[in-house]
Amino acid sequence: MLEIKDLHVKFHNRDREAVAGISLTIADGEIMGLVGESGSGKTVTAMSIAGLLPRKQCQLSGDILLDGQDLLHARRSELRKLHGKKIGVVFQDPMSSMDPLMRVGKQVGEVLRIHARDKDDAAQKAMVLQALADVELPEPEVIYHKYPHELSGGQQQRAMIASAIVIRPSLLLLDEPTTALDVTIQAQILELLKKLNRETGISMLFISHNLNVVRKLCSRVAVMQRGELVEEGGTDTVFFHPRHPYTQHLIASIPTRSGKELR
Amino acid sequence: MRKRINGYLLAGLFLTAALLLMTLVGAFHTPYSPTAMSGADKFLPPSLAHLFGTDNFGRDIFSRVLKGTGTTLTIALATVLIGAVVGTCVGAVTGYFGGLADDILMRLNDALTAFPSILLALLIIGLVGPGKYNVVLALGIVFIPSFARVTRTAFAALRDVNYITSARLMGAGSARILLVHALPNTLRTLLPALTIGFNNAVLAEASMSFLGIGVTPPDASLGYMLSEAQGMFTAAPWYAVCTGSVIALLVFGVGLIGEGMQALDREVD
Amino acid sequence: MKYALKRVGMLLVTMLLVSFLTFLAFQLVSGDPVRTMLGTEATEAQIAALRSELGLDRPFFVRYFDWLCGFFTGNLGTSFSYRQPVWDLISSKLEITLLLSLISFILITVTSIPLGVLSYQWVGGPMDWVRTAFNQLCMAVPPFFTGILISWFFGIALRVFTPGDFPGLHTNPAGALRYLFFAAVCLSIPRAAMTVRMMRSTVISEMNKAYVRTAISRGNDRRTVLMAHVLKNSLVSVVTFLGQTMAELVGGSVVVEQVFGIPGLGRLLVTSISHRDYPVVQTLVVILAFWVVLAGTLADLVNQYIDPRLRLGGAV
Repeated sequence: MLEIKDLHVKFHNRDREAVAGISLTIADGEIMGLVGESGSGKTVTAMSIAGLLPRKQCQLSGDILLDGQDLLHARRSELRKLHGKKIGVVFQDPMSSMDPLMRVGKQVGEVLRIHARDKDDAAQKAMVLQALADVELPEPEVIYHKYPHELSGGQQQRAMIASAIVIRPSLLLLDEPTTALDVTIQAQILELLKKLNRETGISMLFISHNLNVVRKLCSRVAVMQRGELVEEGGTDTVFFHPRHPYTQHLIASIPTRSGKELR
Repeated sequence: MRKRINGYLLAGLFLTAALLLMTLVGAFHTPYSPTAMSGADKFLPPSLAHLFGTDNFGRDIFSRVLKGTGTTLTIALATVLIGAVVGTCVGAVTGYFGGLADDILMRLNDALTAFPSILLALLIIGLVGPGKYNVVLALGIVFIPSFARVTRTAFAALRDVNYITSARLMGAGSARILLVHALPNTLRTLLPALTIGFNNAVLAEASMSFLGIGVTPPDASLGYMLSEAQGMFTAAPWYAVCTGSVIALLVFGVGLIGEGMQALDREVD
Repeated sequence: MKYALKRVGMLLVTMLLVSFLTFLAFQLVSGDPVRTMLGTEATEAQIAALRSELGLDRPFFVRYFDWLCGFFTGNLGTSFSYRQPVWDLISSKLEITLLLSLISFILITVTSIPLGVLSYQWVGGPMDWVRTAFNQLCMAVPPFFTGILISWFFGIALRVFTPGDFPGLHTNPAGALRYLFFAAVCLSIPRAAMTVRMMRSTVISEMNKAYVRTAISRGNDRRTVLMAHVLKNSLVSVVTFLGQTMAELVGGSVVVEQVFGIPGLGRLLVTSISHRDYPVVQTLVVILAFWVVLAGTLADLVNQYIDPRLRLGGAV
C-alpha cells in the first residue's frame, strides 16, 4: 500500500543528502520498523511521507505512493487533504506535541473538523469518544474535557494515538512514540499498537533507535545508516542473520536482558 | 560561520556616527552663536545660511540644535552609564550569589519597573528639584532596575554552567569569576539592553525637559526647544520639525543598532 | 474563581503596603510644609494655627489612617498650594487622564494584535526590512513631537478640533472624545509598535513548537494553525505586555496632555511636584500605583482565563 521509490532529500544548508535514494514498501496491515541512529535519515523519511518537510528548505526527488496516489508531487492543497486523512502521525514527546491550551477532545477531533465536514458535531464527538476508548483511556467522557497537562505522559501519548487514528487512516507513522516514556508505559503502548493493528488492520511505520522495541512490535525491519538503507527483511531474519556490518554492530550492542535502552 | 554585520547594524551605526560627529563638532564650533539674537533675522525659513532657519529671536536653530543634541546625548550617556554600572553590579552580585538579598532586591525591582519610568523620574525630580545634574540622577536611578534584571538573569543562568564551576574548582575567587568569566558572556544580552536604555533615556529626558522640569535654560535641550517650538508652530514650523526629527533620528539610529545586534544573535542560535 | 479571589486579595495587600510606604516616604522628605507655606517671618502662633488647621499636629498613625479612609470618603486633606481639598482638585482631572489612557489602550490592542499577526506573514520576505525599519521609526518618534504635528494638521489646518480648547467632558462629551482621540493616537504609536514587534517574535517562536507540527500533520495549512492554535498560545505574553502598557500609558499621558492642553492629571502632577505640594503628590502616587497594580492583576486574570496551566498554583 505504501511504496517509496528512490527517495532523495537534501536540505539546502547541508552538503550531504539526508536521505540518499531509499526504496521501501509497506504491505497492508504490516508493521514496518525503521531503525538507525540519530541523523541516519529515518525521521526525515517519515516526515517526507507525512508531508511535514519545509519545502522551501529542501529538495525532494523520487516517488512516494500511498494506495497508488502520489504523495510527493501533487499540489500542496491536494496533498494536505490526503495527508491528514490517510496518514496519522504520532510524535516522540506527547506533552509538547499537544496544544497546551486546547481541550483533549477538541484536539483529537481536529482532524475530523478538517476532513469529515459531512458529519455533524454529535457524530464527530461520538467518533472522538470511540477513538479515546479504542486507545484504552479510562472514562473517555472525562478525558474529552481535560487539558493535556492534566493527563499523565502515558495518557497523553494514548490521546495522541487516538487523534492519529480517529479518522481511520490507512497508515500510521510512529516517530519514536515510546522514547519519552518510562519502561512500563512503553510496554503498554506497544501492546496497544499491536492490538490496534490486529483489530483494524492499519499499517504502521514504526521509527526507533531501540532495536528491542522494534523486535517486539514489527514484522519487518529496515535499517538506515547515513541516509541509506543498508538492510531490510523479516524481523527475525535480520536479527538472527544480519548481513550488513552496521546491522551486526547494532545488534551486538543491544544490552541483553537488562531492559536498558540502546543509544 | 558567524556574521559580524548586517544591514540594520550598518545603517544604525552610520546614522548614529553621523549625528555623533555633528554633535562633537558642534561642541567646539557652531555656525552661529546659539544664543546670539538678531531682530532682523526673525523667523527665517531654512536656507543655506541658516540650515534649520531661525526662531522668534533670530537665533540660528541649527546651532541651537547642535548644542541641544550635545546636552541630550551627554545626559543620556551619563544616565545609561549610571544605570548600567550600578544595575550590572547589583544584578551580577544578587544573580551570582542568590539567596535572601536576591529575593528582596528583585521584589523591589519588580515594584519599581512596574511603575511608569517617567513618573518615577518626575517624583525624584520633585524631591531634588530640576536641573541638568538632577535629571541625570533621577533617570539614572530609574534605569537601575531594568539593567539589574537583565544582568541578574544572565548571571543566574551562568551560576551552574560548567566552565564557571571548573574555574571555581581551580581556585578562582568569586570576584575574579564574575569579572573574567561571567561578564563577557553577559555582554550579548547587555548590549541590546544598553541601546534600549539609551533610547529610553533620550526620550525621557526630552519629555521631562518638554514639561519644563528637566533641563532648564540657559542649558539648551531638544525637549525644551520643542516646547518653545510648539508655541510658534504656525510662524516657524521648521523649528519643531527640525528639532523633533533630530530626536527621532537619534533614537531611530540607536534602535537600528539594537535591532541589528539582536538579528546577529538570532543567527547564532 | 478561587484564584481570582486570591489575586484580588493580593492586590489589596499590595495597595495597603504601597499607600503606607508612600505616606511614610512623604512624611520623611516633606520637612515642614507649614514653614514653607508661611515663609520665614511667620510667628510661632501662626505656625501652630495653620498646623492644626491642616491637621498636622496629630500622631503619625492617626494621620495615615485618616488619609487612607479618605480614599473612600473623598477627604484626602488640603492642597498646600491651592488651599483646596485634594479630592476636588484631582477627581475631574483623573477622569480625563484615565479616559485618555483607556482610549489609547483600546487603540493599541485593536491595531497591534492584527498587525502583529500580519507582520509575521512577512517574516523572511523581501520587504521584511521595510517593516522592521518602519517599526523602529514608530518607536523613535516621541509622542510630543507627533502631538505637535497632529494638533497642527488636524487642529489648525483641518479644524477637526481646536487645540488648547478642551470641551468639557460632561457638557460636550462627543467633542471631548474627538479631542482625546487625537491625543490618544500620539500616545499609542510607539507603544503599539513595541507590541507589534513583541507579538511578532512571540508568534515566530510559537510557530517552531512541536504542537504546530502536529496540527499540520492533521491537514491544517499554516494559516489555520496560526489562527486556531498559535494565536491563543501567543496571547499570554502579549496580555502581560499590554498590562505593562496600561501602566505606562498613564505616565505617557502626562506629556501628551501638555502638548494638547488637556486638563488632566499631567499638569497638576507637574505643578504639584515643582511646588512640593505633598498632599496632592502622595495621593496621586497612590492612585497611579493602584492603576499600575490593577493593570497587572487584570493581565494575570485574563491570562489565567486563557491558559489553564496558570490556574493551578497561585504563583504566576
